[in-house]
Amino acid sequence: MIHTQVRYEYGGDEFVFVQLSEEMSLESNFKGMAITRELKERNLPGIVDICPSNASYMVRIDPEVLHPDELIQVLQEIEQQVAGLDQITISSRLVDVPVLFEDPWTHEAVMRFRDRHQDPGSTDLEYSARVNGYESKEAFIDAITSSPFLVSMIGFVPGLPWCFQMVAREKQIEVPKYVRPRTFTPERTFGFGGAFAVIYPVQGAGGYQMYGIAPAPIYQKEQTLPDFQDSIVFPKQGDIFRYRSVTRDEYDEIRRQVEDGTFVYRKKDFSFTPKEVLEDPDSFSEMVLRRLYHD
Amino acid sequence: MIKVIKPGLQTTVQDQGRVGMYEIGMPPSGAMDKFSFTVANLLAGNQPNAAVLEITYMGPALQFEKAMKISLTGGNIPPKINGQAVPMWETLQVQEGDTLTFDFVQSGARTYLAVEGGIDVPVVMNSRSTYTLIGIGGYQGRALAEGDVLAVGEMKQKDVPVGTKIDPALIPIYEKTHEIRVVVGLCSYRLTEESLSTFLESEWTVTPEANRIGYRHKGERLKFVDREQPFGAGSNPSNVTDLGYPIGSIQVPDGVEPIVLLHDAVTGGGYATIATVISTDLNRMAQIKTNEKVRFRAVSLSEALEARQQLKQQLQQIADNMAM
Repeated sequence: MIHTQVRYEYGGDEFVFVQLSEEMSLESNFKGMAITRELKERNLPGIVDICPSNASYMVRIDPEVLHPDELIQVLQEIEQQVAGLDQITISSRLVDVPVLFEDPWTHEAVMRFRDRHQDPGSTDLEYSARVNGYESKEAFIDAITSSPFLVSMIGFVPGLPWCFQMVAREKQIEVPKYVRPRTFTPERTFGFGGAFAVIYPVQGAGGYQMYGIAPAPIYQKEQTLPDFQDSIVFPKQGDIFRYRSVTRDEYDEIRRQVEDGTFVYRKKDFSFTPKEVLEDPDSFSEMVLRRLYHD
Repeated sequence: MIKVIKPGLQTTVQDQGRVGMYEIGMPPSGAMDKFSFTVANLLAGNQPNAAVLEITYMGPALQFEKAMKISLTGGNIPPKINGQAVPMWETLQVQEGDTLTFDFVQSGARTYLAVEGGIDVPVVMNSRSTYTLIGIGGYQGRALAEGDVLAVGEMKQKDVPVGTKIDPALIPIYEKTHEIRVVVGLCSYRLTEESLSTFLESEWTVTPEANRIGYRHKGERLKFVDREQPFGAGSNPSNVTDLGYPIGSIQVPDGVEPIVLLHDAVTGGGYATIATVISTDLNRMAQIKTNEKVRFRAVSLSEALEARQQLKQQLQQIADNMAM
């Protein structure tokens, strides 16, 4: 078990912030998911917003209805209750997420912001492969696409999924963020920063390394695609994403489907327990891919 | 109907905000100065969450296509109707064809215009507030532009007599130096003790990057406690494992230029946040301009809650006085 020191903090008079651990781990993420879910179920008056994050969470309250200290007491009690993580089942979806690696659009952005990068002589992909000890960028892409990721947090802007790979700790990829953030990132860029893969929902600033672009949106304001009927954002915390490398032809085909409103993510409903993942991430990952593509 | 002759620098439709959607990464948006927003609606006789126009630095020119009551509160961007100066913080009457314009800003940064019935734009996820980054809410998801025509809604609650004023003692005064109260915490353990003192004791200058997303402040560089970065956080000492950002929280990327995150800010990310502006002082933050000076003063949670109570009582007093 990773040693965790839980830190309860006031975010002014309207927020309580709880850091479950300083480092990212699947345990902390599952624990945060369990606590925030239980809190939601209790439906306490005075709670305005519950925001689960990677290894932390925050709660917004009306402090006249629920005093921050009262909330902290409740949270400590829930934390004790979920300490074992044994009884939790996470309802999730397995999703195939196509990505075109080394595409022309992010490549243009990569080259434009070389002066803000640790290694102006390499591309983001070459640099990341090297600092993670991979012989080639192809081997690095293979490591990203061969095991699925847990959607551990949604935020930054609407719909951005932070994704944490479900592999043993020694296999987890970690990359620095840009030295200075960029002012431009193409919409649907597939990026990596710290231990997290993301897709940028909209064009904008960004500091993550850029590896490719997703043909399908994860955010759609117009809600014309079937996957966006209930919400303008697609990802949900607890989803499991498999990033699949596609060719330019498949990319163009998916773009066409997105534009004519017929694109649907390949996905399956799925439930799992944190224990299954934590005990043997490799076999969990294999099972997930079988379920998604074959069963 | 209200016709936009000139849009001003940035005029947006705002209400109390799109609350309760952090989970999908949606910031609340909404009026930056909730005190002025609330008083504007009281003076116009509106329900508390009626949408108003938030006017920044430089006012628009608007033409009213029917007679109605209006009110103007917040920063002093002196208003004129058909070229004649009119008072702020008072219920006014405009006639069909009247034009509202503004002089140069004198104090504060944001003025609120409430019209009887509220500005009517479609409700998007529980709110009429504009969030320009992704283009939702407000008038077509953007700031007003020349030629836009705004509809007036049906959120009138009661008739407020023209000429109704609020107690002058309750009208905020906007200076050029500001004391903003914060609750220290969140990831403040990451700052060295010396830097935390520097943060609280020095005077900061607001940079031109000061808008609805956040305010950036120039001053001394702050230092973080040396450590081996925890897994997942990223390599800069100001990085932490990506987490949620409360509204009003303050981060210091790379130790330079503290940023106070405001109503249209990103909802999360990987920078250590060191303190949070208390809710009442977010209203005052909204009235600060580029190049003005800010000091951050640490207060306890109970002081923050007390300030909140006081503000609530003031608003109650204003409402009670108008009921008489």
